[in-house]
Amino acid sequence: MFNIEYQNIFTQVQVQGNPEWGMDDSGEMMAERGGKPWFSTLAGWIGNAQIGPIYLGWTGMVSLATGLIWFVMVGINMLSQVGFSIPEFIRQLFWLALEPPSPEYGLSMPPLDEGGWYIIASFFLLVSVMTWLLRSYLLAAEHKMGKHVFWAFAAAVWLFLVLGLFRPVLMGSWSEAVPYGIFPHLDWTTAFSIRYGNLYYNPFHALSIVFLYGSVLLFCMHGGTILAVTRYGGDRELEQIYDRGTATERAALFWRWTMGFNATMEGIHRWAWWFAVLTPITGGIGILLTGTVVDNWFIWAQEHNFAPAYDGAYGYEDYGSYEAFIGKED
Amino acid sequence: MLPKWFNEWNKANPTNVFGPAIAIGIVGSAVFVAALLVTWGNPVQTESMQTGPRGTGMSVPEYNVARTAEDPTVADYSSAPPVVPGAGAARAGDVIDNAEPLLADLTPENYERIVNAMRTWTGISVLFDGEENYQTVVARRMIQMTQNLNENWAGHVNVNGDAGVNCYTCHRGEAVPSDVWFNVTPVNENVGGWAADQNRATSMSSSTSLPSTALEVYLTDYDSQVNVHDLESRVAGVPGLDDDVHTIQKTEMTFSLMNYFSNSLGVNCVFCHNSRAFYDGAQVTPQWSTAQQGRQMVIELNQEYLIPLKDIYPAERLGPIYADAPKVGCRTCHKGYQKPLQGMNMVADWPELASTEAPVYE
Repeated sequence: MFNIEYQNIFTQVQVQGNPEWGMDDSGEMMAERGGKPWFSTLAGWIGNAQIGPIYLGWTGMVSLATGLIWFVMVGINMLSQVGFSIPEFIRQLFWLALEPPSPEYGLSMPPLDEGGWYIIASFFLLVSVMTWLLRSYLLAAEHKMGKHVFWAFAAAVWLFLVLGLFRPVLMGSWSEAVPYGIFPHLDWTTAFSIRYGNLYYNPFHALSIVFLYGSVLLFCMHGGTILAVTRYGGDRELEQIYDRGTATERAALFWRWTMGFNATMEGIHRWAWWFAVLTPITGGIGILLTGTVVDNWFIWAQEHNFAPAYDGAYGYEDYGSYEAFIGKED
Repeated sequence: MLPKWFNEWNKANPTNVFGPAIAIGIVGSAVFVAALLVTWGNPVQTESMQTGPRGTGMSVPEYNVARTAEDPTVADYSSAPPVVPGAGAARAGDVIDNAEPLLADLTPENYERIVNAMRTWTGISVLFDGEENYQTVVARRMIQMTQNLNENWAGHVNVNGDAGVNCYTCHRGEAVPSDVWFNVTPVNENVGGWAADQNRATSMSSSTSLPSTALEVYLTDYDSQVNVHDLESRVAGVPGLDDDVHTIQKTEMTFSLMNYFSNSLGVNCVFCHNSRAFYDGAQVTPQWSTAQQGRQMVIELNQEYLIPLKDIYPAERLGPIYADAPKVGCRTCHKGYQKPLQGMNMVADWPELASTEAPVYE
């Protein structure tokens, strides 16, 4: 009745033997690789079960060290705010934050306890993120790969830089930056939308949502399609690209008959890459324009015929009575 | 354990029992749950109240439908109709020793009636008992406050039918009304500026990480402005350096106040606003202006009546951190309901509390 005869959403058989160490063409393999490789059965349910070894290099070391400094600096500041009480620190952990400088300091360096720590911590975070970005470039170059991952990560870094560097500088105040805290950064996000007259009427915010949800949809469609044709060798995507087989034919036909269009075995990855990359790029543009070019998105949207007008009268006055206003008149 | 013939029979007749078992389990569970829902009722039942024209998505959902039931304190309310004085009725000040001067012009019957009612409403038995205790001094001012509310703030307290207020609206039988508030900021140590006043779960931030200063500023300062929006699509200026360019932090303070409003009344944003344009006065509901007026009213209550009483109270009635006088906010009267005591008329029996003028008995 319910025979799931080809269940492949999890790996069915895991084989764990000697870990794969990678090439040792220069004879200095362990000089730059660290960590004894091991197997995670949990990771193996989805795919490759091997964890490690890892190559850090100078960029990885700098990035981890500066990232750790940022992390500890934020943590100690939170701890200081609760008077170095560990129980209170644990209790309030999700509420606490290292806040950006107070508004009156503009772009100057504030005292340490009024945002100075935030500026210093942010500098370390900047170094950390940028060296990790550089690392993704250098590693790709070392493997003689294209730089697609680097550019994709750079798109996310663009949004990060807009939020914490470009926009505060254009606004003339570090106080516009995002606080480092679990709930406080969510408060910032809500307040940002409210302050600038509803971010949903920012067309770049709208585009970013389209690409974000589109990325999720494409990822699901692609993953589902490939898993559905693994029985015909579809999961060997590279072979299917240069020597199209029945797996590709069936997958393509499925989508063409479903929605009139199909991606190709190769092109689906371009679709996915562009959707993913455009999410933070359009989002970053939207944030950068907010407060610098547009201060009230709802009014902007009305001026540009982007916000829909209600059909006929809207205001309470036009309805005559409260019952009519709330649609409860009889 | 099982008999041998049974095991052999099973081995000879292999059957997939898991498929049917899963199917029967799913269908059976669904039937069971459906039966429970029909017989016991939906445990996550919701009520919703439309608050704007159709198609605008303006609705206040209530997930805890117990809150739509009657406020239990309504049943505990006691009242007594006034005794209409006849011609040449006696004056309480002339008949009763140490009569409260503020009430001395009432007839003795009405004097006893209102003093007894106030003792019941507040649970304070020593009110106006002739001794000059602090409760009596405070109560004198509270009577004037109540008269002011009924006389000058009808736009808020009578906006939806005659309700008015009396002592019970806040006190509900307790000497200290629930949901009075005290100053708490700064809430964080070793930091200055905005960071000192927020990012801490406090009663004043309704346990959010929003600023704990919202009530301290917006419910005590006549000059405070809650709004943060620009009314043109582009307004030049640097936030924090130009006064009329509002900051993210000030917006969080506004958000904190709005959150307090909605918790105090058990409503959401769209009870007053159309959430697509929070600032737009042309898209708000009638409740928006009621709330606006309520804020002005609360500022007056705090500034004119409650904060000046600071030196009258004993130490245990003052704030735990700054020894400040207890102050009121929306929740002190509303207690989580849209209408305090669900709109019950609190002045019908009490012309003495309705006005600073001499009471008119009918």
